[in-house]
Amino acid sequence: MSPPTTKTRIATIWLDGCSGCHMSLLDIDARLAAVAGSIDLVFSPLVDTRTYPQNVDVCFIEGAASSGEDVEKLHLIRRNTRQVVAFGDCAVTGNVPGMRNRFALREVLTRSYLENATHQPRIPDRDIPHLFERVRPVHAFIDVEMFLPGCPPAADAIFEVLSALLEGRPPDLAGRARFG
Amino acid sequence: MTLTIENLQEIAKTETDAVESYRYRINVCMAAGCLSCRSDVVKASLEEEIRRQGKEKACLVRGVGCLGLCAVGPLIDISPLNVTYQAVQPSDAPEIIGSLTGAPVSRLLLPADQPFFSRQKKIVLENCGIIEPERIESYIAAGGYEALYQALRQMSPRQVIDEVTASGLRGRGGAGFPTGLKWTTVYKARQAVKYVVCNADEGDPGAFMDRSVLESDPHRVIEGMAIAGYAVGASRGYIYVRAEYPLAVERLRRAIKQAKRLGVLGENIFNTPFAFDIQLRLGAGAFVCGEETALIASIEGRLGRPRPRPPFPAEFGLWGCPTLINNVETLANIAPIVRRGGGWFAGIGTEKSKGTKVFALAGKINNTGLIEVPMGTTLREIVFDIGGGIPAGRRFKAVQTGGPSGGCVPEQFLDMPVDYDSLREVGAIMGSGGMIVMDDGACMVDVAKFFMEFCMSESCGKCAPCRVGTTQLFGILERITAGDGSIEDIDTLKELCDLVGATSLCGLGQTAPNPVKSTLRYFENEYTAHVRRHHCEAGVCAMGKAREATT
Amino acid sequence: MTPTAPIAQKPRTDVNPVRIYTLRIDGRDVSGREDETILTVARQNGIFIPTLCHLDGLAERGACRLCIVEIQGSPKLFAACVTLVKQDMDVITDSARIRDYRRKILELIFSERNHVCAVCVVNGNCELQDLAVKLGMTHVRYDYLNPPQSVDASHPRFSLDHNRCVLCLRCIRVCKDIEGASTWDISGRGIHARIISDLNQPWGESETCTGCGKCVQVCPTGALSEKGKSVAEMTKRPQFLPYLQMMRKEAEI
Repeated sequence: MSPPTTKTRIATIWLDGCSGCHMSLLDIDARLAAVAGSIDLVFSPLVDTRTYPQNVDVCFIEGAASSGEDVEKLHLIRRNTRQVVAFGDCAVTGNVPGMRNRFALREVLTRSYLENATHQPRIPDRDIPHLFERVRPVHAFIDVEMFLPGCPPAADAIFEVLSALLEGRPPDLAGRARFG
Repeated sequence: MTLTIENLQEIAKTETDAVESYRYRINVCMAAGCLSCRSDVVKASLEEEIRRQGKEKACLVRGVGCLGLCAVGPLIDISPLNVTYQAVQPSDAPEIIGSLTGAPVSRLLLPADQPFFSRQKKIVLENCGIIEPERIESYIAAGGYEALYQALRQMSPRQVIDEVTASGLRGRGGAGFPTGLKWTTVYKARQAVKYVVCNADEGDPGAFMDRSVLESDPHRVIEGMAIAGYAVGASRGYIYVRAEYPLAVERLRRAIKQAKRLGVLGENIFNTPFAFDIQLRLGAGAFVCGEETALIASIEGRLGRPRPRPPFPAEFGLWGCPTLINNVETLANIAPIVRRGGGWFAGIGTEKSKGTKVFALAGKINNTGLIEVPMGTTLREIVFDIGGGIPAGRRFKAVQTGGPSGGCVPEQFLDMPVDYDSLREVGAIMGSGGMIVMDDGACMVDVAKFFMEFCMSESCGKCAPCRVGTTQLFGILERITAGDGSIEDIDTLKELCDLVGATSLCGLGQTAPNPVKSTLRYFENEYTAHVRRHHCEAGVCAMGKAREATT
Repeated sequence: MTPTAPIAQKPRTDVNPVRIYTLRIDGRDVSGREDETILTVARQNGIFIPTLCHLDGLAERGACRLCIVEIQGSPKLFAACVTLVKQDMDVITDSARIRDYRRKILELIFSERNHVCAVCVVNGNCELQDLAVKLGMTHVRYDYLNPPQSVDASHPRFSLDHNRCVLCLRCIRVCKDIEGASTWDISGRGIHARIISDLNQPWGESETCTGCGKCVQVCPTGALSEKGKSVAEMTKRPQFLPYLQMMRKEAEI
């Protein structure tokens, strides 16, 4: 068994998004097994780690930043990560979560939790992160090394980014990635 | 009946005799500035007082154009006493009329020798405040339409253009394109139908040069257009004037009617084959319609939006015909150039900027008003001598020239001669002649924001860089002035300034970043203070005030 | 078929369509007629210049500014779609400076309204989306303006979603110049400019709309679409235009 330092330490995180990007990551299928030997998944919704570790090589961030908690996470990631990948349209553009930006937050909450509620209408205000007035992409808060658009990004594109990172070359996304 | 030079001279003589038959001629400024402080009522009360004192035979009250020093209006001027009164109220009439034979009313007296008057040189404004803008006879008595006669009867179109070229006159609308060259291009175009358009869509905030000329001496512009029409081979002209200038519009209408009746417009002018007719077109208040191609679209009855150039209007303009578009002040210079020769005009001003320039002084300056100085006059002379300096003992900070397309000129350039090239060198432009003076109470980020908001709301929306770029620029400036800006915002400002300037379709967008660029160039420290220390030195920005309140 | 020179609103009387010029585009020797634009000549020679407001068969506007090119000897940039070729012109369509400007302009366009490709009816068939890929625009660095835009679904067969409109005004041009209905127009200015039908009435109540659907086909984004199509289900077919143009021209002769 090789010492852990030689493996690329990879993290993934899921902010304001639908987890579709993570699903697409899993769609890489068998090829994942091929690279599994050279990576360490140190933090992810797919693993059990509770706290974001130090010294992460690459972090794939799915989802937009919609709350103070999201931004805290982003800063924590940035401090402890060499390369940040904005992973999917929500992280890159705000995308579907950002569609609420054209309304006032109050309107959105009222619509969701009061007008459309069938049981105990109440706007939740305890024990949950406070939502921002506006949803913004990841790069509005922290520096991002790589943008991987797509809703979700195609498995091929994700695999290309992953392989490129492992091989230390710039990824070639031509024809593989686009918004939407 | 065709007008002859003898007719013209006779009209001039009758008019002069009539005016001089009065012992005292009281000229009351009836331009928009003084009218806004009721100079019409002053005029009426002076007339009433003359009747009351039985001096109708000795005193003539005339409504004239702008006397220049708008700050202290209503102004009246009494000749031959050479007395000017300021801030005249209707109740002052008895005292003024009563004092005609004795000592002037000292409390109203405006010192005649003050630099505001003595340092100016008037060509464009030579008749302003002297003739009655509503009477063509008054203009003719001042030598009006002689130049048109001279051009039509004694010069070929080529000779007229040669004089204009020799004068070195450059467009007074902003860009400073050589007028002779523009005329030559239209002259050379082979199409049978050509047009002359007078651009009177003055829209820069704080600028009122063209308005004053049109209100004070409308025939001068008409004469300039007719000469231009003769020179380039056009028989029809349009004056595109903004509807926000109702007085100018009214006086132009009247002037055109008078000119047609007399025969200086119409068929066979001065018994030559030359025919020229002028129509008015009112702009509906879009700043972008001052841009030549947008102006053309608007005259044609289409949406006032610019189109890419080339083709230039001189080749492909109004209804696809070669079109000469000149600004009001440019055309107002034509009659004197024809009358006195291009060489005379070229003897005034600097090497590359000939003649004089009219400026509208506004902002933090004592003598708000309209001035005309030779090109090359220093900013210091304009602001401190003619303009009377900064009020309330405050310190001069900068002067914004060229409106929203221009830039600010800071203190270190006060001794710079004002001409097209020196202004461009320091990142400002001559523009149409608006000068907004700012004192140390001005926040330059706020100034930039003001102009960017103007450009954003005046952007026509046709091209993407201007439409969205100005909105993004304004958003960043708003953020910075609210105290929420970051240091990266300053970089984004610079980047967007470059982008919008380089890629926008028309002059509006291409120059929209100028106020931001020039304030960044000379006052970047104010920007950084806003974003780093959340501090507005001048205390203008809201966050600055909030901070002061807490400390 | 090579598209003929686009019809201008007014025929240019100052150009001679018979004269042929030789010039250089990106270092290649090419030739073009005096009334042809840099864009036309570049495309005839297989040189790619991105465009958005341009569409073969419609009058040019020169408005999106994505087709800007450099001409040697001038510090200014020129919109290739409206700049006519000249003898010995030396055109550069793909410098680092131009690529940078184009990407930034595209970012501005993306930031202007609410372009959410993932839920758009033309996802996968959108000129704006394609341009992002072609110009290498991976993200938008400017603030999203997120304006509150409306949707007009009053027409029985089509709908208009202002959220996706890039103000290319192809709809206005095709409706006025090709269909002759002049249903579409623009109201407001600057950032507040928007497409309107008739005198700002709901499209479905328009008395001038013939329901021909040309506007829908030429719209580069999902702003105009056919009803009954869901996300990614709509494909635009603007190819009819040059043929229509050609046939009309032949009919005239």
